[in-house]
Amino acid sequence: MFVILILLMILMIAGAVVAIQSKDLLSAVICMGIVGFGLTLVFLILQAPDLAIVQIVVETLTLIILIAAILKTTMKESKVKKSAVVVYSGIATVILLIILAFILGDAFKGLPDFGCPDLRMSEYYIEQGLKKTGAANLVASVILDFRAYDTLGEATVLFTAVMGILAVLRRKGRKE
Amino acid sequence: MKGMTEIVKTISKLLAGLIFFYGIYIVLFGHLTPGGGFAGGVIISGAFILLIIANGIDEEKISRGKEKVGFLESSGIFLFWIISTVGLCMGTFFFLNFLGKGRPLNIFSAGTVPLCNIAIGIEVSAALCCIVIALILVKKGDKK
Repeated sequence: MFVILILLMILMIAGAVVAIQSKDLLSAVICMGIVGFGLTLVFLILQAPDLAIVQIVVETLTLIILIAAILKTTMKESKVKKSAVVVYSGIATVILLIILAFILGDAFKGLPDFGCPDLRMSEYYIEQGLKKTGAANLVASVILDFRAYDTLGEATVLFTAVMGILAVLRRKGRKE
Repeated sequence: MKGMTEIVKTISKLLAGLIFFYGIYIVLFGHLTPGGGFAGGVIISGAFILLIIANGIDEEKISRGKEKVGFLESSGIFLFWIISTVGLCMGTFFFLNFLGKGRPLNIFSAGTVPLCNIAIGIEVSAALCCIVIALILVKKGDKK
């Protein structure tokens, strides 16, 4: 299982690199699809079917919307002229990545090992979840009972986002 | 937009109902099996988006539907907020599980969890439909 997981991760990274580098926008979007569906498989292998269902459906919808947008507008990436700014920003990015690698290397030492999570808080949920809430799906009992406040915020964020989209894309009251 | 060929139209009409009921199943059984309001809501909206894309865009019908979808979205989030504040009104804490727990593994169990799932399902499905409809309508509006 671990080998399959690492192979999937390599495939996803390759897809992301191709998506950034490719000149054709349609193939870039399809490579982004590789990343998303690979993430679905990773969730399935790590035994998180709740996340896998959400990920596969959302990925399909975003692919449809992006492909529709590309078919209606343009398929080619706009060209950026190489100038001194590009070189300087490249050097700055590399320096920033090296600093980040040092800091993250220290931070990773404090994390628990892969596959042996730190269960001080969640042990309570796992043992008492069914008794306290009556929901057989432990994920549902966490996101809608123990941690329902987060879900409320999430749903409100989605509502606010739709309100913003409707305000930006309105037809009435627009200046020509 | 005129829509796709006759084959796609027929198959999408056959499949849309199945996808719709699968989404409802995922929402209703969210507290027993994997899934829940978010996943089920996105699947339900997927059925409508499939119909819109396959059958072409009738602008009048869609702009009539937009108001209904907006109303559904607002009522979904309103329902969720009501469920969350009932506990406060009863003099206890936020998100009190005020209904009975029921027997585990029964569909009528877990108190407010299925109700929250249904509210989130309504909200998410209507929100995604609303986004797609808004994108379609603005594209038509800019052409004139």
